[in-house]
Amino acid sequence: MKATVYVTVKENVLDPQGKAVQGSLKTLGFDEVTEVRIGKYMELTLDTNDRAAAEERVRTMCEKLLANTVIEDYRFELKGE
Amino acid sequence: MTAVEKQMHVAVLVFPGSNCDIDCYKAVEQTIGQPVEYVWHEASDLSKFDLILVPGGFSYGDYLRSGAIARFSPVMEEVRKAAEAGKFVLGICNGFQILLESGLLPGAMRRNNSLKFRCSPTTLEVTNNKTAFTHEYAAGEKIQIPIAHGEGNYYCDEETLARLEKNGQIVFKYSGENPNGSVADIAGLINERGNVLGMMPHPERAIDVLLGSEDGSRMFTSVLKAWRENAYGTAATASR
Repeated sequence: MKATVYVTVKENVLDPQGKAVQGSLKTLGFDEVTEVRIGKYMELTLDTNDRAAAEERVRTMCEKLLANTVIEDYRFELKGE
Repeated sequence: MTAVEKQMHVAVLVFPGSNCDIDCYKAVEQTIGQPVEYVWHEASDLSKFDLILVPGGFSYGDYLRSGAIARFSPVMEEVRKAAEAGKFVLGICNGFQILLESGLLPGAMRRNNSLKFRCSPTTLEVTNNKTAFTHEYAAGEKIQIPIAHGEGNYYCDEETLARLEKNGQIVFKYSGENPNGSVADIAGLINERGNVLGMMPHPERAIDVLLGSEDGSRMFTSVLKAWRENAYGTAATASR
């Protein structure tokens, strides 16, 4: 089974990288971009077929290590057998 | 002065990627001359140490987030125990990031708002000089301590900030230009109990005028004196 994990800076926390990229897009003429949030994308391969257990375990992984919940939000998807 | 003064045992933790460990070791030798040892991140016993220095660098390449992986090193469980036992813990730069990730101090670090690695002398204001680490400074004293970091943009929510301010837990603030965009210009903070301090600037690089400043020395002499006198209990009782 594969888990894809997305980690992003929380809405109310300033994302300096996102802000810089937005500025650059604006310079290029993409004025319609009002905000850019930069995050992380992770692929985890799991040696399990138990979807419910995997969901619980990946959530714990996110809480403990993959995201810092003081400043980051996370979400994930599980795919395959 | 009594005939023989107690020796304070100092540990300098070493993670894969630490690069300020030698500076910290030498600073202890030069400023307070106490017994100091390097302790590898796999160590499982810190009970003999009175002061634990968590040095700067790029532990585990700063992969994922600064300090995120180092925080799960075996030795960090021992640091947690030492902090609970009231031992002194000083985290500098990456060491501060590790203490934040481990939850020993509140908040988190973001990229500098300039997105640049900033490496320069900075002026700090000592905003709480009633801690074990800072009692040899004057209240509000301006000191010169260098910084060298790309992720020193301290963040905490408003509720936490109010608590930090109320308890006098903000120990150092950037004076003049804030080099990284940190909330409330915070450069260093201490836990409520007053025995765990984290700061982005490097006092161990400011212990001799030949290095441009010796203003960092008094952090080491302060903590030695506090340890010997066992005089500084909590940050809360020391709030301004």
